[in-house]
Amino acid sequence: MATVAAVIASTHHPFYYRASTSTGEDRPPFADEWVSKITAFRETLTRANADVLVLVGSDHFHQIWLDNMPQFLVGKAPFYDANWYNEEREFGLPRMFFKGQEDLSGHILRDGLDAGFDLAFSNELRIDHSVTCPMITLRPEADLPIVPIYTNIFAPPLPQPKRYVQLGRAIRELVESWPSDKRVAIIGTGHLSLELGGPRQFGPHGPDPEFDRKAVEWIANGDIEKALGEVSLESLWLPGNATHGFLDFMLMMGAAGAGEKADYVDTLDLFHTMEAYFTWYPNGSTEQKREGAA
Amino acid sequence: MSKYLLDKFLYTIDRDPDLVERYRSQPRETVQWWEAERANAILNVHGGECSTWLKFDEAERDALATHDYPRLFELGAHPFLTLTLFIAMFERDYPEPLGFQLEYARRLSHLSMPYPDIST
Repeated sequence: MATVAAVIASTHHPFYYRASTSTGEDRPPFADEWVSKITAFRETLTRANADVLVLVGSDHFHQIWLDNMPQFLVGKAPFYDANWYNEEREFGLPRMFFKGQEDLSGHILRDGLDAGFDLAFSNELRIDHSVTCPMITLRPEADLPIVPIYTNIFAPPLPQPKRYVQLGRAIRELVESWPSDKRVAIIGTGHLSLELGGPRQFGPHGPDPEFDRKAVEWIANGDIEKALGEVSLESLWLPGNATHGFLDFMLMMGAAGAGEKADYVDTLDLFHTMEAYFTWYPNGSTEQKREGAA
Repeated sequence: MSKYLLDKFLYTIDRDPDLVERYRSQPRETVQWWEAERANAILNVHGGECSTWLKFDEAERDALATHDYPRLFELGAHPFLTLTLFIAMFERDYPEPLGFQLEYARRLSHLSMPYPDIST
């Protein structure tokens, strides 16, 4: 069976690509520190020697629209084009192209459906920055085949938070039951407190540093119970109107496992939002755990 | 009132570079044209099988026609869609980085939680 080589949870910040590649007067003052932190974070995936990446993110009204809105969708295609005109326009993101791991997509769909998750699927999916940002930060070569999984964190009504945790747990089990000798990294991106298109956007910090502090602690400690106890679909409006992206962090806590402390934790307090990076090395990868300790 | 149709307008304009420019320079004409020609088009469905019932109410039509993004927020348009399209149209008019985004926040500063419902 396949091995889960790493579980990685991260914020996805579409400004990273431009900040990290800009030079001279265009280079923002925080770019060097950001690049340094991303480089260290990238090493946690490199060290895992993954063959395949399962990438959990959320379409930002690109291919998926309100006339046909799945809650959870698995890409099942041999290839994926990536990034959209409005992401090139606003963030300067490059067009990208990935190979798909279609047999793993098929396994996740078949066994996921049989496990009680009514997963939607797509045979032609152009993916967006929720998936390409972690590829840019963690695997800029973009040379590993992927399975993209989209969650709805964007268009209410949403599933309850516990459902994201359950799906994360299921994705972990589905990867572990994939009849393959490959090493799979499960990577998911979301947000801490975030405001988009509201009065608290683009402030000097994220809109709710206290929420961010608690959220980082929950994730780092694998404290699913506490997160589920304090977070609801209603409460997530309060730290910032786009904070439902935290549900993808909760999904990744499910994938990492209850009570599992992250082997690598880092944060970066930026304008607009706090960046946060977490890596777990499961399945007794003790050597990797030791090397990956933050 | 149709939050869905407001969102559909923002979404379909935002993904078309020509329509972004047209909406920037001729907002009222673009809204009129779009409501007449595009509001009932089901995406990915050919024109013979369009919807028949979608239209703006006066407040929505006027908010779009006047680029009134604080009003769109109050009407429950999806903030991500509004922000993305309005950055595309107006960021270029501000010399400082994030100048438009901060002006946008300032113009919404009278709002407090809970924000208007964006459910469609």
